[in-house]
Amino acid sequence: MGRIAALTRNPAMIALVAALAITGCASKKTPNSAADLGLNGAGAATPGSAQDFTVNIGDRIFFDTDSSSIRADAQTTLGRQAQWLNQYRQYAIVIEGHADERGTREYNLALGARRAAATRDFLVSKGVAANRLKTISYGKERPVAVCDDISCWSQNRRAVTTLSGAGS
Amino acid sequence: MKFILKPLLMVAAMAMGINAVVTLPARATLELNVNKGNVEPMPIAIPDFQGGLGPQISEIVTADLKRSGLFAPIDKAAFVEKIANPDAQPRFDDWKVINAQALVTGSVSKEADGRIRAQYRLWDIFGNQQMAGEQFFANDANQRRVAHIIADAIYEKITGEKGYFDTRVVFVDESGAKNARKKRLAIMDQDGANVRYLSDGRAIVLTPRFSPNRQEITYMSYESGQPKVYLLQIETGQRELVGNFPGMTFAPRFSPDGQKVIMSLLRDDGNSNIFAMDLRSRSTTRLTDSTAIDTSPSYSPDGSQVVFTSDRGGGSGRSQIYVMGGDGSNPHRISFGDGVYSTPVWSPRGDLIAFTKQSGGEFQIGVMKTDGSGERILSSGFQQEGPTWAPNGRVLMFFRDSGGGPKLVSVDLTGRNEQPIPTANYASDPAWSPLLE
Repeated sequence: MGRIAALTRNPAMIALVAALAITGCASKKTPNSAADLGLNGAGAATPGSAQDFTVNIGDRIFFDTDSSSIRADAQTTLGRQAQWLNQYRQYAIVIEGHADERGTREYNLALGARRAAATRDFLVSKGVAANRLKTISYGKERPVAVCDDISCWSQNRRAVTTLSGAGS
Repeated sequence: MKFILKPLLMVAAMAMGINAVVTLPARATLELNVNKGNVEPMPIAIPDFQGGLGPQISEIVTADLKRSGLFAPIDKAAFVEKIANPDAQPRFDDWKVINAQALVTGSVSKEADGRIRAQYRLWDIFGNQQMAGEQFFANDANQRRVAHIIADAIYEKITGEKGYFDTRVVFVDESGAKNARKKRLAIMDQDGANVRYLSDGRAIVLTPRFSPNRQEITYMSYESGQPKVYLLQIETGQRELVGNFPGMTFAPRFSPDGQKVIMSLLRDDGNSNIFAMDLRSRSTTRLTDSTAIDTSPSYSPDGSQVVFTSDRGGGSGRSQIYVMGGDGSNPHRISFGDGVYSTPVWSPRGDLIAFTKQSGGEFQIGVMKTDGSGERILSSGFQQEGPTWAPNGRVLMFFRDSGGGPKLVSVDLTGRNEQPIPTANYASDPAWSPLLE
């Protein structure tokens, strides 16, 4: 599957690129910046690598305000994630749930947890083994976009599927 | 004429090496009714205390009283009488001229054993009499505490309410970029002095809260990877995980007797319920069992009830405030205003519940009666949350982010006296201690 084709076909991926670009501007150097992920450079990620997952599959989904429902666009992303995770079974998976800043701290910890659980449950329903999946909530403590407006908040209401290293 | 301090009551061996000798106050004519709707700050004159340390001490007393919003310290340049002997009766007419209603004189000296001795007298200018006189002994390390204790005494003599100056605040010190913010537990005096760090910043820490015994705090940390509730002994640094639950634990608070920690526990289905854990027996009691977010529990001062946040009412996660019995019985919603409510905290006086409300694109700090009636908004802003009560139940502290990062702010129950709390870095999640001992 061509990387560019995947990007243009999938709105969620375009959102991802935007989020990464903002992160890259806001901080001097982050491992997730667009350049590091090879979005501007030549060469596709090795199939089955973490980079392949992040760039070609899409590691995150987004939520509506104060909601943990898996949106239609997110279902598409998670379907792709499940397929990939079922193909590359060496990875253990941690799903991070996040909230935007328009809520109080403790409530947002609970909301992030609910988003992570909803994401986990969706992946399980698509055949990913439950014992590979863990969840963690960061509430609003780890925003990826750091401005104070609606475009930022929508990027911060997210669940990120992270590959926590090769398991068995 | 010279007044002699008459030691009538020795307060035995107070903690932190401070002893008080209290004299009988004269009949009080000078008073400030803080329960009136609109309190005019009382003009008060506080000349420099005598002795080498005197001016430092009287400066702290002055700052405390001024920040309360109930007192208006008079510019020292306006003083007519220069106080030569703080134990002698002042020339009342000289203070009436500048409209001082109260005068505080005092001195600070070193004892032979190295302790400092601080004494003050409170004079009722228009009553032509001394209202109070006390002296305190403290070791060097407690200089600022002596000043706060004197300010508390003056506050109480004049308002009839307990003060809140000899207190501390635990909070989260925040530094670094917003998407990689370093968060450290820290503790300071209520006026921002004497900051001390209680964690190194390697793990995210949130929501510290004081035990009623003042010696320990409960808080949430990511140090084990999974966010969990811990106890921390402030002086020894000893830490301990609270409970052994499979999932995230968060939003902890002590019970009023300090024997229990009440908190939220994440269920496997992604919802959160409220549990109380007895710290001695380690037994846990489930207080809620709902497919909802139940969090931010806070006990009433007698422990018989718990106020909490829940989105059980439905809609798409519209959180509201609920009250239930201390055993989880009879949960019922009390917030019915137009908005989203969270972070309820029961007043130490028992009469009010403070909260954060989101309404009209703003975050508001407010109070309501314990049945939800009588809602009053004290402060509004783009982003602010997390009220904590001063031990006398008259002042709230919370955190506000006006862009960049959060800072601490206090506001009194009238909503008219808002004061920034100075901190070196960004700061959030303040929790006020009880009065120190």
